[in-house]
Amino acid sequence: MSEITGYERKNGSLGIRNHVLVLPTVSCVGGVINRISREVPEALCVTHAHGCGRGGPRDLQILFRVLAGLVQNPNVGGVILIGLGCELSNTKNLSPLIKGAAKPLEIFNVQEDGGSLQTAKKAVAAARRMLAGISNQPRVPISWDNLLVSMECGGSDAMSGVTANVAMGAVADWLVEKGATVIFGENTEMIGTAHVLTRRAKNEQVARQIEEMIARAEKLTKDVMGNLSSVVISPGNMDGGMSTIAEKSMGCIVKGGTTAINQVVDYGEIPTEKGLILQDGPGYDGDSMAGLAASGSQIMFFSTGRGTPAGFPALPVIKVASNSRIYQAMNDDMDINAGSLVEGKPLGELRADMIDLMIRVIKGEKTKAEANGMDVFTFMTVHPPF
Amino acid sequence: MKENILVIHPRDNVAVALRTLAAEEPATAKGIEGFSALEEIPASHKIALKDISAGEEIIKYGETVAVSTRNIKKGEWVHTHNLESQRWKK
Repeated sequence: MSEITGYERKNGSLGIRNHVLVLPTVSCVGGVINRISREVPEALCVTHAHGCGRGGPRDLQILFRVLAGLVQNPNVGGVILIGLGCELSNTKNLSPLIKGAAKPLEIFNVQEDGGSLQTAKKAVAAARRMLAGISNQPRVPISWDNLLVSMECGGSDAMSGVTANVAMGAVADWLVEKGATVIFGENTEMIGTAHVLTRRAKNEQVARQIEEMIARAEKLTKDVMGNLSSVVISPGNMDGGMSTIAEKSMGCIVKGGTTAINQVVDYGEIPTEKGLILQDGPGYDGDSMAGLAASGSQIMFFSTGRGTPAGFPALPVIKVASNSRIYQAMNDDMDINAGSLVEGKPLGELRADMIDLMIRVIKGEKTKAEANGMDVFTFMTVHPPF
Repeated sequence: MKENILVIHPRDNVAVALRTLAAEEPATAKGIEGFSALEEIPASHKIALKDISAGEEIIKYGETVAVSTRNIKKGEWVHTHNLESQRWKK
């Protein structure tokens, strides 16, 4: 008997949740999604601020990759796609990209389906049908090599890199040993650690990709922020005991553990390798989470020291507090207290607790962010809208 | 005695203060005893685990995170006043 279970998709991917996702192609139909959400709270209704008004090739690539990636995420059992009609990411353009998802899909367009109220009405009926249709799907045993576990940090404090991220790194090493795939992004938080990460690359090509990714992140930071780029390591960081950008970044990348880096993927790109993967994505939490979810991650560890409640739709997010104070102060939001390391708890025991919780979450137990409905859905853009 | 510093990696020549250590307070971690903070070490800041010469690498997470700018004694506070970044100069 396998220790973990999940839902098998027709294309062979395995989810640990079985959501009906109600997804808009464009911000203009966000209100329709809100109406559906009030009628069918069991469906996973999300809104976002994008879908049109940006025409550059990079923004289009990201837009289509993230929307298609969320549809294809293995935790999604069925999709109601709500389009407008005249937007860039309209359902006609999106359809070819989501054919491979091999899951129930119903498409509505507000301009063709009788306006917002009629579209909402049709979508509510479709969502109820779809929920009934997938509700009896049984969980089946799955193995660790079916899992893509993501590691994220945000709202960090001086202890994030000392307690929570170190503990997440220990879990990451355990997962890779088990055959799972682990991914983390946040390229701005890799600046100053190219020498460490390239040494762990599985080959020359991956090493070069790591180097280029970090160089781009550093150049972008300096180009955009100019004289302010030094705040990437801020006076607040220094007050917390971090002396250099390399030290601060080490505290971030330690959350990925110590194993070889087998692949660098673009933002939202689905990895083809196992083991530890790096994603070329931004440090901003919401945008980073979207990239990781679009890459197919089914579960996430997220460390925080100042305390952020943010979760992500379709993705159970396990919140790891870096200190006992925030674990108490935001107890409704925190799943694990890595601050216990400071009180003398051995790292091995904390790691065992985290693995135990992760297994329960994989099998269906809700994380705090999941139970509280703290979903945030936003994603990266590179240019302002026209 | 309760541990008040944390050594993240066995190669490290600095440890992290788990709370503010007073000058002359004994510093203890797993397998490490018998030395004291030479000065106040603020919580989450670094304390030298051994004597570090000027120009020597500061090792945390088992990796070089900075280079010392002067001799640092075991038990001293290690921060921007006695190290520099190899990358982004302050």
